[in-house]
Amino acid sequence: MTRCDGCGHCVDICPSDIMHIDKTYRRALNIEPNMCWECYSCVKACPQNAIDCRGYADFAPLGHSVRVLREEEKGTISWRIKFRDGREKNFISPITTEPWGEKIPRLADLAVPSEEALESQLLCYEPDALNIETGLPTIDKSKFKQGVYY
Amino acid sequence: MGFKTVFEDCDILVVGGGMGGTGAAYESRYWGRDLKIVVAEKANIDRSGAVAQGLYAINCYMGMQWDENQPEDHVRYARNDLMGMVREDLAYDMARHVDSTVHKFEEWGLPLMRDPETGRYQREGKWQIMIHGESYKPIVAEAARKSADKIYNRIMVTHLLMDESRPNRVGGAVGFNVRTGDFHVFRAKAVIVGAGGASHIFKPRSVGEGMGRTWYAPWSSASAYALPILVGAKMTQMENRIVLCRFKDGYGPVGAYFLHLKTYTQNAYGEEYESKWYDHTKNLVGEYIDHHPTPTCLRNHAFIEEMKAGRGPIHMVTKEAFQDPHKEVIGWENFLGMTVGQAVVWASQDIDPKYTNPELTTSEPYVMGSHATCSGAWASGPEDVSPDEYYWGYNRMMTVEGLFGAGDALGGTAHAFSSGSFTEGRLAAKAAVRFVRDHGKDDIKISDKQFEDLKSTVYKPLENYEIGRNEIVGGTVSPSYILPIHGLQRLEKIMDEYAGGISNNYMTNEPMLLRGMHLLKTLQEDLDHIGAEDLHQLQRAWELRHRAIASECVVQHTLFREETRWPGYYYRGDFMKLDDENWHALTLSRRDPESGEWTMEKAPVYHIVD
Repeated sequence: MTRCDGCGHCVDICPSDIMHIDKTYRRALNIEPNMCWECYSCVKACPQNAIDCRGYADFAPLGHSVRVLREEEKGTISWRIKFRDGREKNFISPITTEPWGEKIPRLADLAVPSEEALESQLLCYEPDALNIETGLPTIDKSKFKQGVYY
Repeated sequence: MGFKTVFEDCDILVVGGGMGGTGAAYESRYWGRDLKIVVAEKANIDRSGAVAQGLYAINCYMGMQWDENQPEDHVRYARNDLMGMVREDLAYDMARHVDSTVHKFEEWGLPLMRDPETGRYQREGKWQIMIHGESYKPIVAEAARKSADKIYNRIMVTHLLMDESRPNRVGGAVGFNVRTGDFHVFRAKAVIVGAGGASHIFKPRSVGEGMGRTWYAPWSSASAYALPILVGAKMTQMENRIVLCRFKDGYGPVGAYFLHLKTYTQNAYGEEYESKWYDHTKNLVGEYIDHHPTPTCLRNHAFIEEMKAGRGPIHMVTKEAFQDPHKEVIGWENFLGMTVGQAVVWASQDIDPKYTNPELTTSEPYVMGSHATCSGAWASGPEDVSPDEYYWGYNRMMTVEGLFGAGDALGGTAHAFSSGSFTEGRLAAKAAVRFVRDHGKDDIKISDKQFEDLKSTVYKPLENYEIGRNEIVGGTVSPSYILPIHGLQRLEKIMDEYAGGISNNYMTNEPMLLRGMHLLKTLQEDLDHIGAEDLHQLQRAWELRHRAIASECVVQHTLFREETRWPGYYYRGDFMKLDDENWHALTLSRRDPESGEWTMEKAPVYHIVD
């Protein structure tokens, strides 16, 4: 039996629009595996860990598995790879260094930039965010060459 | 069809919420404090675009703060890799800003690895820095969400709208909601196209269930090109498709393996093969083979020739590097962070690179403007570093007024990658804000007829299916319609066989291109009879339309350039040599929106650094 409870998180996140809810069983399924990129967005999003992947039938022999657990609160992602012959490998990586989303600014709260700044070549937070003393680099137009050689 | 129409009037509309689009939404808010900024995204911005599954490296970071590279170095690198031709002004402009983008990503929580000895970002190669980027896209999406007034997920934008009171001025876009079916009319003073490049225009190596295992995401449906092309924007370098040398079947990336893990390639008999093809390649491209680093296409060329000579498969020698446990972890995490499918292939085939040297392959071609090639729309550069010919008032504005681009959409800016695409989005956004300031009072006229006509066009595939379905008992064979998958497979077959795909070892010529063009034209006619069973299939129908239009453009460009500029990406059998005398130039195309006729021209290459 599937662990899927039909919550629809996978449907909501799938970049390819191929996770759908079956109208009879009210559970999720992949309606178009040949447009799947194996990006695992659905697997990572599933609160029930109900989605198992098998490699594409045209080149991946049976018996393997690649499983994942993404934990936003812990800021980690954990992988378990099982080979067809039973060997296993485990990996864990960070996914963020900050409490989720907190350090991302709301630009509308910053001071309104001047008309002069709007005319300049600088982007938001520049030149400071470039971490260089010399300001935004530019180039002398009179040196431009047209044609083949450089 | 009784779908309701939903109107949204805004100042800046961002089409596509990938790296370019999120950068555009973010920066628009800073400069356009009182402007209404709206994003229309085909999927969900948390996991959309090419970075949906994450990345293990940021491939474009100068490191100006440590004097690692300067923007001039980036220009030299990008033009060398593309055999002498990029838009150097655009490349320089992106490069001088990209570090500020990356520094912000780190502040927001993206884990950038540090070199334990120097404390600097951990370099993978000269340009790349290593990251734990599983959540790269959700982090960046949050920045866009905090900036935009409204983000519409699940809207497939099908067409741009044009102002009827002046020629050549964009006025918004239309599309449909893939969930509700609602028709959305966005009226905007400026539009930034951040949509995706083109996968699945050439037949992929994987077939059947695995056809989605393309190198670039299957949802990159060439909207970046089709939307501007359909309103008559000029395009550039659309012949400059890319073929990737990657791990076989999973298309797992090789960058970290070559650069950081120091693995190398050999043929089936354990021989180094690239140097064997030196004289042969020199005969085709002259001194370009002596450039450092060797342009990617020329390394592909040696790979393809070695395979043709019967000494495949080509292997990546990993057994030595993977004895180091640290390198082994990097090798695996590299895939898990951005191409899970490769780990799946190796697990299923019992390939442990510690004990087996895995096979490599060359992929089917892709057309895109943000990775290592530069197909896309012809756009203005920035005032201070662009030659006069390349500057028409607003940075990153296409040849249609008020229409801007970033990421895959923008032509001439190779090697931008994720960070560079976000940066381009920022540049386009600032310019769009200035455009709205200067022209925001213009009264844009979009008649009901304009969007009502588009509405009936957009939903036609549903109607075709509903009517045609009555003629058959069941199944997929109908005398009056074809399904989106049928059309897609025909498109891929035409492009593969006539325009330089895998089955002909990337070879084409004038007679083949002309034949391909004819077949594409009949495909276009058949696409009026495409049948969509539901809204999901309607999305597929419009993705196919976009791919078909972009493919036409690719064939026109490939025919126009009478030389083989990038052996290893494609070959013109009738002009096998690189021809700097006649073709050290950028190619431009324009499709007349009324007649559908194409015109081609050359534009000069300006070298802005030595």
